[in-house]
Amino acid sequence: MTDRTYQRLDPQQAAERVKASINLRKRKETRFLWLGKTAVAIALGFLVLLFAGILSKGIPGLFQYYVTLDVRLDARQLDPSGQMTVESLAGGDFDGAILTSLYEALGNPEGRKEKREARRLISSGSSQRLMNYVLDNPEQLESMVSIQFAVDDDVDTFLRGLISRETPEADRRISDQLIGYIDALEAEGRISYEISDYLFFGSASRDAEMAGIRGALVGSILTLLVCIVIAFPLGVATAVYLEEMAPKNRLTEIIEININNLAAVPSVVFGIMGLAIFIVAFGMPRSIPLVGGIVLALMTLPTIIISSRAAIRAVPPSIRDAALGVGASKMQTIMHHVLPLAMPGMLTGTIIGMAQALGETAPLLMIGMVAFIVDVPAGVTDPGTVLPVQIFMWADFAERMFVQKTSAAIIVLLAFLISMNAAAILLRKKLERRW
Amino acid sequence: METIVSDSMVQNTNQVEGRAVPEKTLGEIQVDNPRMSARNVNVFYGEKQAIDNISLDIGMSQVISFIGPSGCGKSTFLRCLNRMNDTIDICKVDGEIKIDHQNIYDPAIDVVSLRARVGMVFQKPNPFPKSIFDNIAYGPRIHGLAASKVELDQIVESSLQRAGLWEEVKDRLDQPGTGLSGGQQQRLCIARAIAVSPEVILMDEPCSALDPIATAKVEELIHELREQYTIVIVTHSMQQAARISDRTAYFHLGKLVEVGDTKQVFTNPKHELTQDYITGRFG
Repeated sequence: MTDRTYQRLDPQQAAERVKASINLRKRKETRFLWLGKTAVAIALGFLVLLFAGILSKGIPGLFQYYVTLDVRLDARQLDPSGQMTVESLAGGDFDGAILTSLYEALGNPEGRKEKREARRLISSGSSQRLMNYVLDNPEQLESMVSIQFAVDDDVDTFLRGLISRETPEADRRISDQLIGYIDALEAEGRISYEISDYLFFGSASRDAEMAGIRGALVGSILTLLVCIVIAFPLGVATAVYLEEMAPKNRLTEIIEININNLAAVPSVVFGIMGLAIFIVAFGMPRSIPLVGGIVLALMTLPTIIISSRAAIRAVPPSIRDAALGVGASKMQTIMHHVLPLAMPGMLTGTIIGMAQALGETAPLLMIGMVAFIVDVPAGVTDPGTVLPVQIFMWADFAERMFVQKTSAAIIVLLAFLISMNAAAILLRKKLERRW
Repeated sequence: METIVSDSMVQNTNQVEGRAVPEKTLGEIQVDNPRMSARNVNVFYGEKQAIDNISLDIGMSQVISFIGPSGCGKSTFLRCLNRMNDTIDICKVDGEIKIDHQNIYDPAIDVVSLRARVGMVFQKPNPFPKSIFDNIAYGPRIHGLAASKVELDQIVESSLQRAGLWEEVKDRLDQPGTGLSGGQQQRLCIARAIAVSPEVILMDEPCSALDPIATAKVEELIHELREQYTIVIVTHSMQQAARISDRTAYFHLGKLVEVGDTKQVFTNPKHELTQDYITGRFG
């Protein structure tokens, strides 16, 4: 408009210029398209690599080797006082019964050295396993039963082919004698490779073959339960207040900025805060899911608040107008119309927050959930640990078999995450309404 | 040599030669039997004044239409009548608007009960994403209008019938209201508004998103509803205003320029701005 002497292009010239610009535009668009495709391909490639890596290492970790022994359940030996209670069985000689049948299977080796090597074959948890079997099947006392016992972790590692026979005897963790026994048992068909019951039903243990994730899994579930019970109502209430009711002034502006900043605070800081406030100041016990859940709730709150606010803002104003127009109060408008419509978005944010919390290690280390706890926590105030911390601990142990257990635990953690996300998607699909 | 001068540069200015907005509204702002009456209403959006000293009576069982170019304040004034402007933080209203000799901006007035008496229909059909039944039943439910399930069914049926929608939807009351056509949705919204038995219905360009056939149906409906309700309608269609309203008010730049019987306003406008607008010189 500044240059009033501007000569208009004649249609011919204009058409030529448009044609030239179209080619340029097309090239640019094609380049951009390819850039996008490459980025997606690279991302997918890494995802495939990640899963292939985890699955190839972790799936063998879901299995372990067992040896089947025929054990004579002699009542006098196993339950000397004859009451069939945990206390009376504690006086029984389960080790003796197992060793007798083990020696029998190996052709009754003579000599202390041979017997010592034979004893190294089975897991030290075998007597506990036999005791549990007797408690579950008291009617089988005085009979001969076949029971699978886990092999020792070194034997397991050897059976997986991770210890070579070629290595000089002094350099490997199992002796030639033991290898001889293993070969003999294998020839008899007593060695089997099966889904590890210890992994899913066992708890923390220093013995790799008996180590399991049950305690950590229950700990994770309890911690997340505490987390969601605290974080979801608080987060949604905060989002509703800030979005619908708070006056727009300096104070709410500062609150908003701080909530957004809180989302970027390193999680370990929340752990230190939990330690200082809940454990030191309030005197709550260490290592309990309750404190872990509260700390994780504080950590996930900003995520939930931010996504809930976005969900509330996405509810069309026309719906609010409609509700107010028929005489709904502000609160009714929010409860009857805004919240139901925003719920799918809020749930998505919450599940993302929960998934984050599920994978969190650092803050839980700070409040002592890294302790070695054998018992499965029965409540939120029982000491426990969580899956990622368990993985972290196992990754630190020296025994070879823990490598597989670690990968197996990672698979369980991923499965947990994926099922949580799937639940979120299903829930969202169910609640989602179009308008 | 050509020069480019946009047509729009001429439009929407109040610098139309010799046609300044009058200080005082022309025509009779008072009626014998007012349902609502506004006196010296000013509305500010922050610093900007959107309504400048408007006084107007809305007659009982009459249809009054607000016309005027975009941004003239007619919708703002309409939304003052049931305090829908309360939802806008920066909006400030002064002056008084009375319904039954009670100022609706009195702090003692409950805005919820006001909106039950002064219902509203919006520009874009906005049914709730719920079933047709629940769309109508929502208002009666929150206000406790129905003593029983049977009564609620009767309210829903009669509201839909009065909105001329019953025959079309009676077999699918449980289906979402958002699944109806645009015109049906708007009639659903009108049915929703009359389900709470208001005294006044405000309509903010109710036909602007509808095709001519749906528009004709809504106009017919307004014609029938005038027997029982006082209707205030904002419209951009002069023909519509002429067809359906008893009185017409012409707004310009936040001021009420002229008000009078529809026939008089359209045949013999008192002000040149009104004259220009209804003859299509701008707007």
